[in-house]
Amino acid sequence: MQIPEVSERRRIECDVLVVGGGTAGTMAALTAASNGASVLIMEKAHVRHSGALAMGMDGVNNAVVPGKATPEDYVADITVANDGIVNQRTIYQTATRGFEMVQRLESYGVKFEKDEHDEYAVRKVHRSGSYVLPMPEGKEVKKVLYRELRSRNVRSNVTMTNRLMPVRVLTVDGRAVGAVGFDTRTGEFVTVSAGAVILAAGAAGRLGLPASGYLYGTYENPTNAGDGYAMAYHAGAELSGIECFQINPLIKDYNGPACAYVANPFGGYTVNGEGNRFVDCDYWSGQMMAEVKRELESSRGPIYLKLSHLPDATISEIEGILHTTERPTRGTFHEGRGTNYRDRDIEMHISEIGLCSGHSASGVWVDEHARTTVPGLYAAGDMALVPHNYMIGAFVYGDIAGEDAAIFAKSASRPELPEDQIEAAHDLIYRPAANPDGPPQPQVEYKLRRFVNDYLQPPKTERYLSLGVEAFERMRTDIAQMGARTPHELMRCAEVSFIRDCAEMAARSSLERTESRWGLYHARDDIPAQDDASWFCHLNLSKDAGSGGMKFARRPVAPYIVPVPGFERPDGVPDELAPQGVELAEAWR
Amino acid sequence: MAQATSRSDVPVVIDEVKCIDGCTLCVDMCPLDSLAINPDSGKAYMHVDECWYCGPCAARCPVDAVTVNIPYLLR
Ligand SMILES: Cc1cc2nc3c(=O)[nH]c(=O)nc-3n(C[C@H](O)[C@H](O)[C@H](O)COP(=O)(O)OP(=O)(O)OC[C@H]3O[C@@H](n4cnc5c(N)ncnc54)[C@H](O)[C@@H]3O)c2cc1C
Ligand code: SF4
Ligand code: SF4
Repeated sequence: MQIPEVSERRRIECDVLVVGGGTAGTMAALTAASNGASVLIMEKAHVRHSGALAMGMDGVNNAVVPGKATPEDYVADITVANDGIVNQRTIYQTATRGFEMVQRLESYGVKFEKDEHDEYAVRKVHRSGSYVLPMPEGKEVKKVLYRELRSRNVRSNVTMTNRLMPVRVLTVDGRAVGAVGFDTRTGEFVTVSAGAVILAAGAAGRLGLPASGYLYGTYENPTNAGDGYAMAYHAGAELSGIECFQINPLIKDYNGPACAYVANPFGGYTVNGEGNRFVDCDYWSGQMMAEVKRELESSRGPIYLKLSHLPDATISEIEGILHTTERPTRGTFHEGRGTNYRDRDIEMHISEIGLCSGHSASGVWVDEHARTTVPGLYAAGDMALVPHNYMIGAFVYGDIAGEDAAIFAKSASRPELPEDQIEAAHDLIYRPAANPDGPPQPQVEYKLRRFVNDYLQPPKTERYLSLGVEAFERMRTDIAQMGARTPHELMRCAEVSFIRDCAEMAARSSLERTESRWGLYHARDDIPAQDDASWFCHLNLSKDAGSGGMKFARRPVAPYIVPVPGFERPDGVPDELAPQGVELAEAWR
Repeated sequence: MAQATSRSDVPVVIDEVKCIDGCTLCVDMCPLDSLAINPDSGKAYMHVDECWYCGPCAARCPVDAVTVNIPYLLR
């Protein structure tokens, strides 16, 4: 293919650039546009079916519905599930604004389950509160958002591009001023000048290699290769909790959720090979994952999602949800293996590792306004550190980022874009095309991700993690030699560089935190004890401007604004009052 | 570097008889951009073995020409 010159490029301008048109990105665009900003969504897939919601979602995992739960319950639950290391102010936003978001989605046409009294039918999966709200027509959610983005009053303010993939955020004097990328079909080089940039590029879901060896057989949509994490890092933003991996209990080999959140209310639950329950709470946490792994590796393994004891009609109802929404090929998979839920329970396993704040607590450091540590740069959704934020949290933070970024962009100057950064990004994108006979992406990626499994999969130890760092350093050379022949292959090659960045961050952060915490997510076999005296704090990493290497800083856990029953802060810092004036907060009292 | 081409069993299969000339819907929708139109036949096909077995291609095909199988390694 022809490599374009650096100067030969499409130049786009907008007020707010949104990277990724998934859950958080679409909401960010809608809100930024309604605040008067001209918005550009750069999406590497197609907005209509991209990201985690490619085929919809079967329910909201974390809605705080008035009368069913309180924001305080929710914040306390999530605090405990994260061993206390959270910025409660960020979680409080999801807790207090989630219901308004449910109503906003409803006004767009998304349907949520109601009971016979027309009340939201929330269910209990978490340890104490009830926050799980089924979406009976959840497969429509992305369609509804897409329609909204194309509606008459929004259309004039929002430009949606598909198959356009940024690879770096551009900065001037430490502020985000745009991005640089390319068209993954034509190979065209593109720069964007923007007043503010919102990163909403999803989880780092293509990090560990699934046990099947299939590169794209990941829990997360494999388009989410950690692009956002790498872009934030190279823009100078802090990332946090990267050592707190995401690992999920999934259908063995299929690598999709089975899942207890859907099956629990119908009477389904997780058992070991002897048919006994072994977790007391099905809520996905590092603790639960440690219990799952222990069971799998004991003589009591494997583990199953047990449904076979349920009446036929109930099983049909569960199938009706599991085989049509979210991951609808579940049915095809079971059929191929001859598994019928009526006479065979579903064999489960644990997933490859990833980085994700939607499910775990590893992401770009943000405050309660979705601001990163780089002015003008926002992050929302799975890649932004608001623990266990799931779908509603992605929508809430998309909304918050959209509003704040629109305001920021209004008064932001538009400096000349930095040519040196544009040239470096040009090299990152097109270098493989200059060397078309170099090793192809599938081989390089397989090798890289096998090292991720070999050295990073918990339980972690100093020796293995150090070997991991070495391997990921070595992979820089492989990546520099990778070859590509089409724009599509260039996309995959750029993703491999993101995966490598995330792998190195994961290894180094795991080495740095010299204790064990969060169950399996950061289980250090060589240091099995939790060390509250030294490590009751966030571990933030960023790019050292001088050396270009990774540097670490400890951030204290901010004072709690919500008391956590039964949990005593090891550092004894007293609580503060919850913020006043947050619109919804009053309504709860 | 000398390169070998090796065969791969791809998960998504398109019924060329049903597939409509000029349509590109499945190609447009695939999050992985794994489908393309074969310039010789004008029909859609899977051009790379990169698939999340997610289903938009099949869901959006107006003539039901797309079958999503589970990738061979997971089957
Ligand atoms: C299989 C599965 C089941 C789930 N089930 C539930 C559930 O039942 N309930 C619940 O509440 N939550 C659930 N979740 C979690 C929830 O879906 C996510 O937390 C949420 O959707 C994340 O939103 P996001 O915007 O961060 O990511 P996404 O919605 O994945 O969006 C990321 C977008 O960025 C794009 N992108 C990535 N890189 C680039 C780049 N370089 N350039 C341009 N675009 C890029 C992607 O194509 C994608 O469109 C589930 C997740 C998965 C994967
Ligand atoms: S199943 Fe999903 S990833 Fe596979 S071809 Fe269809 S749309 Fe693309
Ligand atoms: S959507 Fe169906 S008809 Fe259209 S190109 Fe794809 S297979 Fe052919």
